[in-house]
Amino acid sequence: MADTRDIEVTVNGKSHTANVETRTSLGDFLRHGLGLTGTHMGCEHGVCGACTVMVDGEAVRSCLMLAVQANGQEVTTVEGLADEDGTLHPLQEAFWKHHGLQCGFCTPGMLTSLAAFLRDNPDPSEREVREAISGNICRCTGYQGIVDAALDAAKTMQGS
Amino acid sequence: MKPAPFTYHDPATPEEAVALLVEHEDAKVLAGGQSLMPMLNMRFVVPDHVIDLNGVAGISGVTDTGSALEIGAMTRQRDLMRDAAVVAKTPIIPEALENVGHFQTRNRGTIGGSLCHLDPSAELPCLMAAYDGVLTAHGPDGARDIPFAEWPLAYMIPTLGPDELLTKITVPYWGADHGYGFVEFARRHGDFAMIAVAALLEVEGGTISRAAISIGGADVRPLRLTEAETALVGAAPNAEAFKASAEIARGIDAMSDAYVSSAYRQRLAATLVERALVQAAERASGSA
Repeated sequence: MADTRDIEVTVNGKSHTANVETRTSLGDFLRHGLGLTGTHMGCEHGVCGACTVMVDGEAVRSCLMLAVQANGQEVTTVEGLADEDGTLHPLQEAFWKHHGLQCGFCTPGMLTSLAAFLRDNPDPSEREVREAISGNICRCTGYQGIVDAALDAAKTMQGS
Repeated sequence: MKPAPFTYHDPATPEEAVALLVEHEDAKVLAGGQSLMPMLNMRFVVPDHVIDLNGVAGISGVTDTGSALEIGAMTRQRDLMRDAAVVAKTPIIPEALENVGHFQTRNRGTIGGSLCHLDPSAELPCLMAAYDGVLTAHGPDGARDIPFAEWPLAYMIPTLGPDELLTKITVPYWGADHGYGFVEFARRHGDFAMIAVAALLEVEGGTISRAAISIGGADVRPLRLTEAETALVGAAPNAEAFKASAEIARGIDAMSDAYVSSAYRQRLAATLVERALVQAAERASGSA
């Protein structure tokens, strides 16, 4: 019989209770349990960064954390970045403006990683931005647009 | 890609965790999960029981005893990098941790997890070798201290009994004016190093008074370059002395694999030992 636990997790400000199989990753729980398919599962062994979400404010790989481990914690996914009324997060706006995405597969992980990074380092150098996304693999853009977007978003967020 | 089914346990104390290890034959201990979770996802390991330490009280955080750091095994790598005592007293630790994965993995990854996983090229075991760190393990009969030199048994196997749990790491301080250098070479940033070198130096009145050099990635365990350390003590911290250390590093026994030959690892070891020592000497006060 499957080993399950009852968990309570706050995702993007909304509380959810669920009974999960203990082997379920946080990423699979978000996608299949809650239908939040913005979080993308790529390599599922911690290398590609696509599945990055914030847990209690820190960017983590949701493929390397069990859903049961998020019990009692606050998770922010890419769906939680924009405002309720649909106003995009400054990072999302900047990605759009600077062509920071093509196929979009890596984008949720890029955005959640950079949101946590810019909170801790609001005025980064280009090198620091490249370092911050060194654990997020993009096969389309060549990263230039992503780096430009992050630097532009940092400026916008400091101004606001 | 999913782990095979297992029974999940979340003990609240080290004693409960040890009791679970005693009770269950085929159990894996889950720390930060940045190595075990990939292995579970890919079903390289298929344990019947997973014992999660993330809720265990009293085994995370850093204490400055005045002469050493006492680090709880479940202390996250990112918290180590931000800890004031770690930054002030053992600055090589945050510098080396910059090379461990990425900030997202350092948010979960722990010092104890890395030391137990014991990847030959991992940075934290290399540092503990340089520091002669002491590892405290809890078992059914209480706690015991294990010097790092005795910690690695074989490839990715620490000398930890099946019912034992690593709970604490003690890192003795070097002098306030010590110099340090950590350099590694990897194909991509955040990858495991082909060779990593940690160097610590104390310099008094223009002469090296104490030296430690450890090399990761060359063998199944970090190597201490004791011959070079002995030769350096009493010498002036100059290019000639460090080139001699590099030549000793070139003679180490180094592994070969499908990507990196033994000879290339030896060349890297020589170059990186010299670079780490030059950096350590530059940072040591009293070296001029």
